[in-house]
Amino acid sequence: MTALIVGALIAVAAVVLVSLPFLRSSGDDVGSSTELQDRRLMLIDERDRTIAALKELEFDHRTGKIDDTDYRALVGPLRRAAAEVLQALDAEE
Amino acid sequence: MADLGRAALVVSLGLTLYAFIGGTIGALQKRRRLSDSARNALVAAFGSTLVAAAVLAIALVHHDFSFVYVYSHTSKGLGTIYALSAFWGGQEGSLLLWLLVLSGYGALAAVLNRRLLRDLIDWVVPVIAGIASFFALILVAVASPFQTQVRALDGLGLTPSLQNPYMVAHPPMLYLGYVGLTVPFAFAAAAMLSGHTDERWIVATRRWTLAAWMFLGFGQLLGAHWAYVEVGWGGYYAWDPVENAALMPWLAATAFLHSVMVQERKGMLKVWNMILVALAFELAVFGDFLTRSGVIQSIHSFAQSSIGAWFLGFVVATTLFSVALILWRLPLLRARTKLESALSREATFLYNNLFLVALCLTVLWGVLFPVLSDLFLGQSRTMSRPYYDFFLRIFGLPLLLLMGIGPLIAWRRASVRSLLKTLRWPIGVSIVAGIGLIALGAGSSRPGLIAYTFSAFVLTTIVVELVRGTRATGSLFQLIGRNRRRYGGYVVHFAIVMLAIGIAGSSAYATVKEQKLLPGQSMTVAGHTVTYTRLERGRSGTANELRAVLTLSGREHGTLKSGVNNYFTGDTSKEVGIHTDWLRLEDTYVIFDQQEGKGVFFKVLVKPLVNMIWLAGFVFLGGSLVALWPDAREQRRLVARLALARG
Repeated sequence: MTALIVGALIAVAAVVLVSLPFLRSSGDDVGSSTELQDRRLMLIDERDRTIAALKELEFDHRTGKIDDTDYRALVGPLRRAAAEVLQALDAEE
Repeated sequence: MADLGRAALVVSLGLTLYAFIGGTIGALQKRRRLSDSARNALVAAFGSTLVAAAVLAIALVHHDFSFVYVYSHTSKGLGTIYALSAFWGGQEGSLLLWLLVLSGYGALAAVLNRRLLRDLIDWVVPVIAGIASFFALILVAVASPFQTQVRALDGLGLTPSLQNPYMVAHPPMLYLGYVGLTVPFAFAAAAMLSGHTDERWIVATRRWTLAAWMFLGFGQLLGAHWAYVEVGWGGYYAWDPVENAALMPWLAATAFLHSVMVQERKGMLKVWNMILVALAFELAVFGDFLTRSGVIQSIHSFAQSSIGAWFLGFVVATTLFSVALILWRLPLLRARTKLESALSREATFLYNNLFLVALCLTVLWGVLFPVLSDLFLGQSRTMSRPYYDFFLRIFGLPLLLLMGIGPLIAWRRASVRSLLKTLRWPIGVSIVAGIGLIALGAGSSRPGLIAYTFSAFVLTTIVVELVRGTRATGSLFQLIGRNRRRYGGYVVHFAIVMLAIGIAGSSAYATVKEQKLLPGQSMTVAGHTVTYTRLERGRSGTANELRAVLTLSGREHGTLKSGVNNYFTGDTSKEVGIHTDWLRLEDTYVIFDQQEGKGVFFKVLVKPLVNMIWLAGFVFLGGSLVALWPDAREQRRLVARLALARG
């Protein structure tokens, strides 16, 4: 008998929990992301990657993994890429 | 009580099916309320599964022999801890544990990420719920732990080899790992289903993958130590199919953890990462299939049962689903950048991935070969130890070397000149170590010598990295704090080196001797003199115990007991005697082989550095915890990124 009561309580609690979202007054639309948001996300990913790469390059240079010649050859294109992606992000706003 | 357990499982099945179907419709039609309701159903499914698990645990602890499961896997004489460990000692209980962990992980992942990753979570819920539905269905319809019978006076007992403290922790640890791989798989599938294949799914699942990988790795080491002290053959890893079943997903997850860094830094390897995450998940389920189907002989597998076909069907269905998803989203997964140089950090990650996956597939081929040969040649042929050892050397030794080169090579591209300059210390130290080892006689085993030399190389690399990094930042703590994942990874690398040294020492440089001894007689093995003094007979609550008492002299002094247990259930087990020299991390391992008249045949193994393997487990755990420790900065970045994208 106790088992039945506990079982029924679990089922009721589950039904209440599952039904809760339908009792809310807020809207049902998820609000799908727009093309603009997706493009922005892509640019933000690119910006984060480029900045992380620049930081890594600086750290590798300071720890001696990259010598001055290699550093100079790599840092220019990375800085340009960072500037380009920041400009593109500004243009989106 | 059994009725409550059954009812709770039926509720779990209903809830997971609802979360699967409702969640899919909600995500497809972008209906917020339905998706939220599906998420709540997954949370509720965890609650009802927890109730079912509590019912079984109570029945086990109270020795309620009206439960067929309790009767089959415990007995009155079994202590509380071992009675509770019978939860995962049998098929139905371990399936319930799988469902419990899966629904718990799923609910936690969905609740924690519901605001930041809404578009992904709407798909994560139905994917996890679909997988959980399968396990709930098996538990309700095929293999219920709540079958009852007329209450028996006593049970059949737990398999003797499972009555070991390691078996209390080893299976749950593996389950946390196996099941944990479902979460990154579900996020990867959700990224493809939603079309949002940017890096957010990787950031969200990084710690889940690390945690699952940590549990799987540590669980395997616990299992290895169990085999070493309990199974009594003198080794710790026998390339048994069920042992391999845990190794394969771990190798695939290791490859994924490395290659995912390339995607984060360079936006490359997106398809490869999807393949790896699916491979790790499929291999985890395949491992479960191997354990349960009985298609392959293993000392660890459950008796042959009807659920093997269900698992095979599930593996096939989820593999087809994964392949179809990847093919469908191929245009979205194409990389926009290319590998700039074959001499770069990302290239070493790529080589590391190739070796890891090659090793994983080689092991898979070895596991499948008996089934395939039986199917196509009509005779079952098994792959034996030399096959696996050969490929472990072929792929494992280059992997060890890459572990040393990778951290010292720059991202994007490095010149040979700067690389040689960076590597001069590791190369110098490893050459000196190699020469020293040859002088000390380690040249008797070429693979052992190579493993030790490469280990010296990797250790020097780690030290060089820490010294240079500390110089650059000014403080070791600051260095580790700014990139816990990297430096936690180096601690894990250190653990792998310890593991390599332990494996090489205990296998390539082990000494084995077998001899019949009469009381008072001795044998000498690798500088240790083992003397057989007397035979003792005893009786415990579950078995008659026979023990040979031996004394150890020479390099080490002590007393050892090695013998046989004859259980009242008819089972027998060998009880080995182990003496540890903690200074050399060496074991003297005595196996009571056979009794003949007054004499006993003993097998004595001296295993140098074997204890390095067990110590490596704790270092591995520490490094993994450093790497997966929550990072508030990362969370802030995710929030800021989302806010910026929404304008």
